[in-house]
Amino acid sequence: MDFLAQVLAWFTDPANWTGNNAIPLRLWQHLSLSVVSLAVGVAIALPIGLYIGHTGRGARFAVAVSNIGRAVPSLGWLGIAYPISTGLFQRAGIGFLPAFIGLVALAIPPIVTNTYAGLRAVDDELREAARGMGMHELQLLMRVEVPVALTVILAGIRVSAVAVVATAPLAALVGGGTLGAYILQGLALSDEVRVFAAAVMVALLAILTELAFAWLQRRAVSPGLAAAGDASWVEPPQLPAGPAIVPS
Amino acid sequence: MTEGEPLFRLDWVLQHLDMLWQRIGEHILVTVIAVAAGFVISFGLALAVRRYPFIYGPILAISGILYAIPSIALFVLFIPITGLSLLTAEIALVSYTLVILVRNMVTGLRGVPPEVIEAARGMGYTDRQRLWRVELPIAMPIIVAGLRIATVTTIGLVTIATLIGMGGLGYLIVNIGVQRRFPTATITGVVIVVLLSTAVDLGLQLLQRRLTPWARAHEA
Repeated sequence: MDFLAQVLAWFTDPANWTGNNAIPLRLWQHLSLSVVSLAVGVAIALPIGLYIGHTGRGARFAVAVSNIGRAVPSLGWLGIAYPISTGLFQRAGIGFLPAFIGLVALAIPPIVTNTYAGLRAVDDELREAARGMGMHELQLLMRVEVPVALTVILAGIRVSAVAVVATAPLAALVGGGTLGAYILQGLALSDEVRVFAAAVMVALLAILTELAFAWLQRRAVSPGLAAAGDASWVEPPQLPAGPAIVPS
Repeated sequence: MTEGEPLFRLDWVLQHLDMLWQRIGEHILVTVIAVAAGFVISFGLALAVRRYPFIYGPILAISGILYAIPSIALFVLFIPITGLSLLTAEIALVSYTLVILVRNMVTGLRGVPPEVIEAARGMGYTDRQRLWRVELPIAMPIIVAGLRIATVTTIGLVTIATLIGMGGLGYLIVNIGVQRRFPTATITGVVIVVLLSTAVDLGLQLLQRRLTPWARAHEA
């Protein structure tokens, strides 16, 4: 109990609310880095997944991306991004940039694989019907395939979002701040209170992200599909053996 | 990166083979302890679920929450209790393996067709004989599939354990590669982690084939 009281005292200490190591600043670094990385990750991965899923071309590429995504540890993405970033931009390549590059790389694989798997699972008869109604390819994609596959696509974005928020603390290693800065400071100073307080914030942030995206997923799926039980048109995605979700 | 430092220096790797083997050894040791402990605990839980199915829901709920906690947080959350020790790292790693292993074991055991269980009963198998000679062999492919995922996942997570002083391949990536700005070490560490995961995955796949010879006979 004594320890928890110290943690509480840390949170209420005014010194932790001002200056260049303040909680709001660290939170802002964490959230802005996560949001920007996820947004860019989605902007890159979604079109690729949609193209591969719609045309069926490059399926091997999708599987390769998913395998690489699983094999390279989250720390590996940041570690590799660091020398690339500093090599290209010298001092400007420290801090936000390498963390951003690493997190974007981390965010891409789940979105590509889920988008691809979701579209592939759309019933061929549904495609035939849409073509028979005179839809052209883009209409077929946007009005039939994406709405039907939306649950699976959003699940991929959710996995990426949680992985990004959960890995963002490692940005502190490359000078990117975030809540991870407290963890590194605490470990260096043997300040268990600081480490613990930061870990709790990181865990809460990841769980909140998970819940927010779960809510979004439920909201965004067409009521027609939701009413039909477990989205009757969508077969479970046929991914290579392994979980869609890996702890990050 | 210091000025003029190349991205990769093969000569450094060749000069530090001893150190690399030591880091690989540490990495494997931490991984094996976590997966072995996770396997034993999961097996016990799966057997308990086999007997008392109603406990499966709560077990999944608790392990699901553990799974959602980011590894960097889980690695340090127990420091106030267990200190900077191997135990702290293993608590986090074992927690993650539980979700995967228990789920696969229970799914495997529940996937045994009821008529097969009937047949085993009819042949006079006791409950224990039925478990070891009928249900577990049939569930084997799914259990080993879980073991593969759990092991590969753990190999990746152990890299982060270097932050709490556990060494391993994360030491190459972070303590040498990032902190001393030496990209060769980072790249070497990541490549070895990927190779290690791939090799272990293939090895366990082979093990699965050895353990289920009837599946091969069926193919032929």
